[in-house]
Amino acid sequence: MIRFAAPLVVFALLVLVFIKGLDPNRDLNELPSPFLGKPAPQFELPRLLDPTASISNETYAGDVALINVWATWCVGCRQEHSFLNELAAENVLPIYGINWRDQRDEALKWVEQLGNPYVASGYDGDGRVGIDWGVYGAPETFLISKDGRVLHKHLGPLSQNSWETDFLPLIAAETGDTK
Amino acid sequence: MKRTLTALALLLISTSALAIDTGKAFDDPELQARYEKIIEEVRCLKCQNQTIKDSNAFLADDLRREIRRLLSEGKTNAEIFDFMVERYGEFALYRPRMSGITLLLWIAPGVFLLIGGLIVVRVLRKRMSMPIDLDDDTETEQPA
Repeated sequence: MIRFAAPLVVFALLVLVFIKGLDPNRDLNELPSPFLGKPAPQFELPRLLDPTASISNETYAGDVALINVWATWCVGCRQEHSFLNELAAENVLPIYGINWRDQRDEALKWVEQLGNPYVASGYDGDGRVGIDWGVYGAPETFLISKDGRVLHKHLGPLSQNSWETDFLPLIAAETGDTK
Repeated sequence: MKRTLTALALLLISTSALAIDTGKAFDDPELQARYEKIIEEVRCLKCQNQTIKDSNAFLADDLRREIRRLLSEGKTNAEIFDFMVERYGEFALYRPRMSGITLLLWIAPGVFLLIGGLIVVRVLRKRMSMPIDLDDDTETEQPA
């Protein structure tokens, strides 16, 4: 009996491995954030628009917030920018930006020309805060809970689709629990 | 003539040295040696099949700078690897540490060897317990 069952079991396991490994939707570059469910890394940055003021974890404490890592050299950021503008207009939740490894004047031009969906953006010119947040490519978007934990990390440009499937349920759960 | 040939031959085997790491070297050779060892073992997350030593992506550049800073602050190698794993996960290390899920990775070769060995032993035992058929006459010639 085991003579016939064993190869079958091994084969079935292999099939499962291949189904997972060969999934065309699987993005090999996508790595889970080690911060999921954990408190977001502490940071403090000068603001992009007003370098004398700063932005830190305290800025959005108590809110479900979106932290969007962006840069003017990043094509995906341009792609998602109009969606961020829409989100900001709908006033779903406050959006904060981390302007990562960018030129300040370029970044200022960007928000002036394309619109500024951010309540505030921190200017991370040397990418130090980006490293603390485990950022490895822009755009990256973090969903932060009211108590400052990372609920979700999205890699690449945001879209209506990913917003509805990945973000909205988490936001609903987070705002529903405390009501 | 011989000299020219030698020069040409040398030219053939020479490789171009491209400076990727443009950061300032440590004055202390011991620190520099540790630094070079560490950057060989940290993955560049942007270009996943390269170490941050081999990559000129700016993320690799940033990570090298951070490692240089941590070293000059007197951090140990283990603390520096922790720094990377904390931010980028276990995947950041080329030589995964022996803990949690990576334990499977480490013990898998041993387990496979053990399974293979058991199978070999079983097959051999079975063969040995088979009666040796001395009367096997299929090979012998029969008188016509």
